[in-house]
Amino acid sequence: MAATLSPDSWQYRQLNANTPGLNYLSDALIKLAEAGHPVVAGSADLQYSNGLARFAARFPDRFIQFGISEQNMVTAAAGLATTGMVPFVATFASFLGLLCCEQIRMDVAYCGQPVRLIGHHTGISLGFYGASHHATEDIATMRSIAGLTVVSPADGPQLAAAIAASVDHDKPIYFRIGRGREPIVYPDDTAFAFGKAIAHGCGEELAIIACGLPVHPAIEVAKKLNAEGRSIGVIDMPTIKPIDREAIIEAASRARVMMTVEEHNIVGGLGAAVAEVLCDEGMGVKLVRHGIRDEYSLIAPPTHLYAHYKLDAAGIEDTVRAIIG
Amino acid sequence: MRSVSSSNYAPSAGQVARLREKARFIRLETIRLIEIAKVGHYSSVFSVAEILAALYYDVMSIRHGEPDWPDRDRFLLAKGHAAVGLFPILSEYGYISKAVLDGYTRLGNPLGDHPDMRKVPGVDFSSGSLGHALSAGFGMAMGGRMQGKDFHVFVVLGDGEMQEGQVWEAAMAAAHHKTSRLVAIVDRNGFQLDGAVDDVIGVEPLDEKWRAFGWEVHVVDGHNLYDLTTVLRKITADTSRRAPVCVIAKTVKGKGVSFMETDLGWHLGYLAPPDAERAVQEIMSREI
Repeated sequence: MAATLSPDSWQYRQLNANTPGLNYLSDALIKLAEAGHPVVAGSADLQYSNGLARFAARFPDRFIQFGISEQNMVTAAAGLATTGMVPFVATFASFLGLLCCEQIRMDVAYCGQPVRLIGHHTGISLGFYGASHHATEDIATMRSIAGLTVVSPADGPQLAAAIAASVDHDKPIYFRIGRGREPIVYPDDTAFAFGKAIAHGCGEELAIIACGLPVHPAIEVAKKLNAEGRSIGVIDMPTIKPIDREAIIEAASRARVMMTVEEHNIVGGLGAAVAEVLCDEGMGVKLVRHGIRDEYSLIAPPTHLYAHYKLDAAGIEDTVRAIIG
Repeated sequence: MRSVSSSNYAPSAGQVARLREKARFIRLETIRLIEIAKVGHYSSVFSVAEILAALYYDVMSIRHGEPDWPDRDRFLLAKGHAAVGLFPILSEYGYISKAVLDGYTRLGNPLGDHPDMRKVPGVDFSSGSLGHALSAGFGMAMGGRMQGKDFHVFVVLGDGEMQEGQVWEAAMAAAHHKTSRLVAIVDRNGFQLDGAVDDVIGVEPLDEKWRAFGWEVHVVDGHNLYDLTTVLRKITADTSRRAPVCVIAKTVKGKGVSFMETDLGWHLGYLAPPDAERAVQEIMSREI
């Protein structure tokens, strides 16, 4: 069960050179395990990609290598949970959110097992790996599964805080995380509460609601434009389900236009979740859903893709200026 | 058939007779309950009646009235459509009331075509979608090991289910991680919904497949309570084994009712009263 590649080896260092954010996952789990929490980590042949090798080196008996068998991993995690363990199983978000959909629905969520699913390298962060490795539908599939909490942290500290908070959360959770290159938004001691949005200023011209990686550039754009005298607020919505309805209602009652930003198809994702709340509440505010426009993302290095899909700061700024004039 | 040599593990004649009565009880209750729903998987239960009887009334370590006893042996019915044969057992163990049992499939009742762990005490894992349960059982065996518990996990799978890829993912992982307390029992009754398993998508050589995946394999007559009980007792008593175990139980779909044994159309059906009476009479009079 032990890791075969030491975290001190050059291979491991190379794998992690550009992904410092990955350590947050393992370190948060190590903290839980050290505190006596019955966590188990599982990986499907990606322990260096998701950084769980670090946890495996520290707690070899609490790490399960599943090999390339994601569906087996998800169902086995549910079985483990029935015995009182709390499994965190990780693989690429594209595999969890689509390949393992039925296992997540039937074995984890329907059975009500407190499994923690970690879908990493989400969105288009895998760049030139292409559509098979891009996860632009996982919010849509996961949030349609009853009983599943869906969390998309903006950065490593928020992920760590969410994992710490999960000790008191007895429901299954899907964590949608990046590849560890996300710019840091929050300090290491940031707080996290499931179902609670975090407001970064309130806007009268535009309220941006974002989750995951685009939160950082959205905040930067708002800062820049507000310095020009505009009024733009950003709401970080890390819990997509259950969504913070009150935060949406409040933002919609102040802002002339709403905008969502997500590294996901605009069909079924954060934008759709926000639209549902606005419709339910009869709020006629205009909502611009910004993200992947119902297409299969192109092949390119990640930074090129973020620029192409206007999900970086420059792209978000362009989009915002086009909306508010 | 006495293919397994007598040993310390062999049940006495009295024990076999008692298990035979339990298997008869399972078949009769299945007919009674399906009469409520007016459709059900009789023959899928009949092929595993002896397996269920041996496990629940001899082999498994479980406690009456304590479905959540943490050290209990676990049971997973991968072929969940045979749940109608499991519910009467759970009722006998005091996990579900007679009133609930008698409300099988009625609006709001927890008992449906497949076992549901959230609704039915004593069901260790929900099933219905084939191919999942061995993975769940593997996870339970890993969880037991991590906590220093020595319970066994029994998973009863259908032979058509061998066509599901996830079964083999679990088989590979369980052997790799040496979950020696995981016991898969394959109900080799030879039939699935679209016909004979060998005609639909052949699964043979089954014993060689499991062996090649690193499992200890036993092939038994799944209706011979003497052999079945002996093998299962032996498996649970062996603490030196370092591999999971697969028992391939050669069975007959619809066993116990002659007109079901020869007609594969009985995978899913309804015994109208005259046929039901015939079936009950046969079950009462025949010795399996």
